[in-house]
Amino acid sequence: MSIIDEVEALRRVPYFATMDPVKLKLLAFASDRFQLPAGGVICHQGEPGDAAYILLDGEADIVVKTNDGRQLTVAKVPKNTFIGEMAVLRNAPRNATVVAASPITALKVGKDAFYQLLRDVPQLAFEVMRELAERVEDTTAKLRDARAKLDAAGLS
Amino acid sequence: MERRLFTYIWRHSLGEQLRVLTLIVLSLPFYFLSLNLPKLIVNGPIQGGGFENGASRTYYVVTLPDWLGGAQVFDGLTLDRMSALFALSFSFLALVCINGLFKYRINVMKGQMGERLLRRLRYELVDRVLRFYPARLRRTKPAEVASMVKDEVEPLGGFVGEAFATPAYLGGQAATAVVFIMLQSVFLGAVAVGIVSIQAFLIPYLRKPILALGRQRQLTARELSGRVGEIVDAAADIQANDTSNWERADITRRLGRIFDIRFEIYRRKFFVKFLNNFLAQVTPFFFYAVGGYYAIHGELSIGQLVAVIAAYKDLPAPVKELLDWYLEKQDAQIKYEQVVEQFGADRLIDPRAHAPLEPPPLSGRIEVREATVADDTGARLLDGVSFDFEVTDHVGLAGPPGGGKEAAAALIARQVSVRSGQVLIAGQAIDGLPQALTGRRIAYVGQEAYLFGASLKDNLLYGLRNQPRGAANYDGPARQIAMARQAESARAGNAPYDAEADWIDYRVLGCDGPAGVDGCLMRSVAMAGLDADVFRFGLQGRFDPDDAPAVAERLLKARSLFMEREMREQVDIIEPFDVTRYNSQASIAENLLFGVAIGQDYAPANLSHNRRVMNLLEREQLVQPLFTLGRGIAETMVEIFRGLPPDHPFFAQFSFIAAADLPLFEAMLGRLDGGQALNPEQRLKMIGLGFAYSEARHRLGLLDDALRQRLLAARALLRDSLPQSEKAKIAFYDAGAYNEAASVEDNILFGRIVYGVPSAQQRIEAILLQVITDLNLKGDIARIGLGFSAGAAGKRLTPSQRQRLALARALVKSPDLLIVNGALAVLDPAAQGDILRRVLDARKGRGVVWTLGPGQDHAPFDRVIGFEGGRLAGSA
Repeated sequence: MSIIDEVEALRRVPYFATMDPVKLKLLAFASDRFQLPAGGVICHQGEPGDAAYILLDGEADIVVKTNDGRQLTVAKVPKNTFIGEMAVLRNAPRNATVVAASPITALKVGKDAFYQLLRDVPQLAFEVMRELAERVEDTTAKLRDARAKLDAAGLS
Repeated sequence: MERRLFTYIWRHSLGEQLRVLTLIVLSLPFYFLSLNLPKLIVNGPIQGGGFENGASRTYYVVTLPDWLGGAQVFDGLTLDRMSALFALSFSFLALVCINGLFKYRINVMKGQMGERLLRRLRYELVDRVLRFYPARLRRTKPAEVASMVKDEVEPLGGFVGEAFATPAYLGGQAATAVVFIMLQSVFLGAVAVGIVSIQAFLIPYLRKPILALGRQRQLTARELSGRVGEIVDAAADIQANDTSNWERADITRRLGRIFDIRFEIYRRKFFVKFLNNFLAQVTPFFFYAVGGYYAIHGELSIGQLVAVIAAYKDLPAPVKELLDWYLEKQDAQIKYEQVVEQFGADRLIDPRAHAPLEPPPLSGRIEVREATVADDTGARLLDGVSFDFEVTDHVGLAGPPGGGKEAAAALIARQVSVRSGQVLIAGQAIDGLPQALTGRRIAYVGQEAYLFGASLKDNLLYGLRNQPRGAANYDGPARQIAMARQAESARAGNAPYDAEADWIDYRVLGCDGPAGVDGCLMRSVAMAGLDADVFRFGLQGRFDPDDAPAVAERLLKARSLFMEREMREQVDIIEPFDVTRYNSQASIAENLLFGVAIGQDYAPANLSHNRRVMNLLEREQLVQPLFTLGRGIAETMVEIFRGLPPDHPFFAQFSFIAAADLPLFEAMLGRLDGGQALNPEQRLKMIGLGFAYSEARHRLGLLDDALRQRLLAARALLRDSLPQSEKAKIAFYDAGAYNEAASVEDNILFGRIVYGVPSAQQRIEAILLQVITDLNLKGDIARIGLGFSAGAAGKRLTPSQRQRLALARALVKSPDLLIVNGALAVLDPAAQGDILRRVLDARKGRGVVWTLGPGQDHAPFDRVIGFEGGRLAGSA
């Protein structure tokens, strides 16, 4: 798999779909590619968010350690997904562990390179904003739901 | 310092000046004789004068002057005409030699005198800077002072030799010549004296404005050098403010002024020169016309006329040089006055305060009484504050930033002086204490500690270099040379200390001698939390196995142990160097050489210009494939980097092609696409791109297995084809030998980290640490790390490393009182807390003064003094 294939894969990531292919090539060139067998850990909860990842092939699980110490899989990530960018943006420790659910191929984008790309490629910054807005909307909807349920139970 | 240059010169070189003057006086009779001889030769043997009556004449009669009795000491030699001609001519030759030797000896002595005094002056100036009070130092521009010490005093050195000798020597010569001419013909003598007098009066008058201009030139040039220094220091801020054009305008204006001044000087100088030459040429006119007239009338012999003209030819040179001397004197005086003005600070630290001595331990109370401290603007940083504590206390200084805690800490450390009030240590005013006491028993770390452009070790040891601890070991001829050097330095009034001696006080460091230094330093380094960084520097550092073969051996053992552990963990994270295999994680250059270049000839960037390498690649028909590979890289680089601004960080981080070269490669690709060929130099540039390429890392799909195998084959051929002298320029990888050109880490790993394995770095570091701990190599690697150069002003270190290093340097001094004034401000609070705890634990019973940041814990301190608005907190 050369950089040309990586660019092809990147174009299928919704975040990058509208980006100039030359910029995608730059992104790929500025990233490190890696492979992991199933069960391999991409990043650990609690570690500093020093890089974001782009899953090019394979699937991953998002696992959260609960207060009582259990490992809880909260989501499944399909291929062609951008992950871990929130921890990088917040400059904070990761709030979940990402584990390869099948053999995976991914790109690792270092923090500095990611920041630089956000500055250089307004489309990317815009896509990140859109994603954030959607997540806020999603969380608000869930909160509204939870409130409603609490109300119904007469607990609020 | 003496106000007047002549006083200074006279005072510091009296004996030497007198010796030169004596030599000059001795030389004058010989000069007179050399003027007189031509007359004797022309009138005697040549024209036959005195030979009319007989075939011979008596020469070389030596008669004492009348005032010594007029007795004939030597009866002379009687010579025939031909013998007389040769005897006199050879005498003339001998006199020429004697005069030349006098001149040579006098010049050497003048030079020696000048250099000695220059050395003394420079030393004195730097000595004064070392004795400036801090307030004075803040007003001093480093670049200006440096330029004064280095350049501006230089002509003074040249002048010193001339100061007395030149007027004596040239004046003596001129007077001798005039006297000689007068003796031949009073009229011609009067003409010569007249014209010389015009020169002597007119020309200095014309030159006066030139001197004034020279002074201006010096001032403007000094300001320029100060400004240029400022621009370099402020480069980042200039870029950040987009004021580079303002700086350009300012420099343009200054250069313009300097040009105007210099041009004016130039114009005037050459007018004076013209006048001078004219007058010098006019005199011979009189000599030919008037002298010839007298000669024809027989009132002057031909011999006399020839001698007069010869003597006069010698005259303008001394006169002109005398004038030059006069100007130089004025110029030197001005320069000297300016320098003295700059360095003659109102108040200097008493030299006795700097005298080496063994200070007693600090004890008793530190008392600050009614102290007021103001900054340069007069704002009060401390306003009549009083507090005291035991030297052994742990004291926290708290309060808002700028509230007075910083000034209080600096005050106790003698970094600032009180405007009124007092600071006492055990009842003695701190200002009166010798620096040996405060400088060694108190350690101060401020926010902006200066680090020197030397190794970490030298920086750490800096505070221990107070005085020579033992004489340097010289043996054989080196001893003689050292003694001569010492004597010469004493003659120039320089410091009596030998920089080659061992200056380090090992007792303070708590170790036995030079051998244990590194271990002792690491204790302080660990306390300041810099040990991990030093260790990392050590891993990245180079190490010469000849320095410590035992360590090299253990590092080799670490290599095999590392490989063993890595295999046991079944992690395939290193691709080892194997001479029979292409290392796909390494670059093409590294694979080709199978080693690390020593020096520049085989460095990856220069390989395409290395004839031996290229000849071999040519024979193996690898040039074309490498060219294609280079072209492929260039195409991608041009494509993805074309749109980026030249200062984009990606260029430095990722690009094969520097921003400045990108257009060049773009043009080359354009030619190739258009079916045109490149010139040989361009081809080499293109080929050169490929040497840094690694398929695993760069993934451009340009390097296939077939090409890898051919490069592998070329590896062996290249090594065999190199003569021994060339082989010495490459440190080849050898599983059984330490590679001195590679870093310590690379030597242990002996391979390249495999790309595409997440967290490979952490896992490798974990194994590496185990191996190093097991083999007890930590100390050795830390020692290599201590050799890491901090860079000019510590620029190779991060701000946090700089602050930790400054603190470690203070801890190394093992002071009785440690003052830490916001010195860890760039560290996060948790790291600051850790360091504070370690330092306080280690210093139980020894004093610490620490300025506290907001929210920092007061508990570990014996007491905390609060400041606000320049007063103690709580007092109005």
